[in-house]
Amino acid sequence: MAALAAVTLLSLVGCATDEPAATPSGTASEAAGAGTGEQSKFFVQADYDNELALLAAAPTGPADKPWEQALNPTMVDTAKFKKPGPYKICFSNAGLNNPWRQVGFKTMQAEVEAQKSRIKEFVHVDAEGKDQKQIADINDLLGKGCSALIVSPNTTATLTPAVEAACSAGLPVVVFDRGVNTKCPVTFINPIGGYGFGHVGAEFVSQKMKPGGKVLALRILPGVDVLETRWSAAKVAFDKAKVDVVGVEFTDGDPAKTKKIVNDYLQRYGTIDGVWMDAGAVAVAAVEAFQDAGKPVPPINGEDQLDFLKIWKDKNLTAIAPTYPTYQWRTPIIAALRILDGQQVASPWKLPQPTVTRENLDSYLDPNMPPLHYAMCGCTDLPGYPQRWK
Amino acid sequence: MQTVQRAPMPLRILRSRAGGVLPILAILAVLLVLVAVRQPDFLAPPSLLSFLGRSAPIILLAAGQYFVIVSGEFDLSVGSLVTAQVVVAARLIDSDPSRTWPVVAVLLVGGAFVGLVNGLVTTRLRVPSFITTLGMFLILVGAVYLWSDGAPKGGLSEEFRRFGRRAFEDVPVLGRVPYALVVLLVVAALAVLLMRSDFGRTLVAVGDNPRTAELSGVPVWRTRTIAFVLSGLAAAVAAILLGGYSGVSFQAGAGLEFGAITAVVLGGVALGGGRGSVVGAMLGALTLELLFTLMNFYGVSGALRSTVQGAIILIAVAVSGLRFSSR
Repeated sequence: MAALAAVTLLSLVGCATDEPAATPSGTASEAAGAGTGEQSKFFVQADYDNELALLAAAPTGPADKPWEQALNPTMVDTAKFKKPGPYKICFSNAGLNNPWRQVGFKTMQAEVEAQKSRIKEFVHVDAEGKDQKQIADINDLLGKGCSALIVSPNTTATLTPAVEAACSAGLPVVVFDRGVNTKCPVTFINPIGGYGFGHVGAEFVSQKMKPGGKVLALRILPGVDVLETRWSAAKVAFDKAKVDVVGVEFTDGDPAKTKKIVNDYLQRYGTIDGVWMDAGAVAVAAVEAFQDAGKPVPPINGEDQLDFLKIWKDKNLTAIAPTYPTYQWRTPIIAALRILDGQQVASPWKLPQPTVTRENLDSYLDPNMPPLHYAMCGCTDLPGYPQRWK
Repeated sequence: MQTVQRAPMPLRILRSRAGGVLPILAILAVLLVLVAVRQPDFLAPPSLLSFLGRSAPIILLAAGQYFVIVSGEFDLSVGSLVTAQVVVAARLIDSDPSRTWPVVAVLLVGGAFVGLVNGLVTTRLRVPSFITTLGMFLILVGAVYLWSDGAPKGGLSEEFRRFGRRAFEDVPVLGRVPYALVVLLVVAALAVLLMRSDFGRTLVAVGDNPRTAELSGVPVWRTRTIAFVLSGLAAAVAAILLGGYSGVSFQAGAGLEFGAITAVVLGGVALGGGRGSVVGAMLGALTLELLFTLMNFYGVSGALRSTVQGAIILIAVAVSGLRFSSR
């Protein structure tokens, strides 16, 4: 009986980790103490150069509405999609499975409400993070008489054929956030991207920390393009600055695991002089690990999530927050309406990607918003603010 | 059981017969020596106490799991129960300090309720506890996902988080004593007292031979149901400490059920019930945590942890099987 129980238990140990958390979290620890390791196979030098150049580029469009701005835009003609309104806009969403997507989707809903004179119906289908469901969702939406289709793909390669099928059905398709491997959508909307994000954080940390200090890099999980690009740009910056990266660890986005990892490194090395993160979700946990260990918080980067901005301000941290702005959820609605009007739109539509710094921190930190809200939502002028986001 | 009652106190704790705590104490001592060699600073009171505080949740879960295992059942639902409780707490408190205590009460009642359901389904509907608690595990995971749309909402108040994060400062000699450690000591004392009471003896008897227990007038189903309730309560306390330690997380309790079962087995408690002590189970959890700390000091990848847990379950069960079959 006992032996049988043990065997069953073991097989359960195997399936207890079937969440995204299951990605091999060990590979990175081998790099511990051995610097930044091999460059990611997702790294593309030309894209990297392009994104770093975009960081310095001046956007076109209204200065107070970054979600309508575009960087170095190439305009495309959309006259063939022109039709009279009001419209039925359909949206196939990869998922709502993290706070970033929750804030983004609320922002999109508010944008729809702001445009309600021109949108008669907004159909949202949530793929719950599953490729197969999203393929079926897109297929279903094609038969629903949508005026335009917005897609936020779950994964790049798998969703490409579904998006191609939508394009060939003749309706205008707008893709945003993660991309697809086809040029058939009218436009692809996203901010500058991961290289820019990773570079800004890594450059700040290596400049602010004491020379020759030890850096701990915390990543969510391997193998996702938007996150791989962040790390690969950081790796380039750290290698160039010749800082000692003592560890590259995967946190699975879990605060408890993050705290344990940081604590482990503090015990192993005594001090850590800089922390770089590929996403801000667990930045507060990392800061807390230093506080709970009674150590000063070293230069660190987070993201524009309010819990991090708040602890940054309260504890006067040496910090920076590159962003992957949630205001990009407004743009697809605006783009779809412009396309249906027959107006030209930027394609690709590269949105600016602001950075929260010590200087502008106060303008982004609204203490009345919940801790998991993202400051860069561009939503303060939308209907239902702030209640809708609480 | 008679001999146990007559043995003087120190002997009773250290008895080296099957199910005793001597083997686990020996393993713990070896690990402590290895830690001392590698990282002597770790054994200084401040870092040792904070380690004990951090380990409190898994030790509590091991104690809860012990009650269920010694009565002859399993509880696989505790990990997801911890996650559910942390997510529920964040949403109910919503960063409002005044809701701290009511929510603590809600969590304790909720934990006991989940344990009660587990217990009744297992004992009254005669569903094997493996299946009952696996079902509860899935129900809780799904319910939390549905209720929260897949991303935690709200926030925990500082008042709630202090149980898992803060400490009594400036204690003479010791320095900083985490609240979590105090909670752990209180619960551990209660668990030991409970096991020395009539209920404790009944619980072990039920696990040892439910039929005999039934025939001698013990309400087996009620005893086992109470064991599940205790496990649920332990999970609630662990959730309060873990939520305090790390904040809201969807993975707060992921894998904890296996940690707890490994710890219980490592502590010399027989799977299938009837043998082992609650002190052994808690020491097993402590040993497991110390082993992971040691692995960290030696730079062993964290990914090996589940492999180590699996190996421990196999070895411990095999060893205890050999010990019992040879008598």
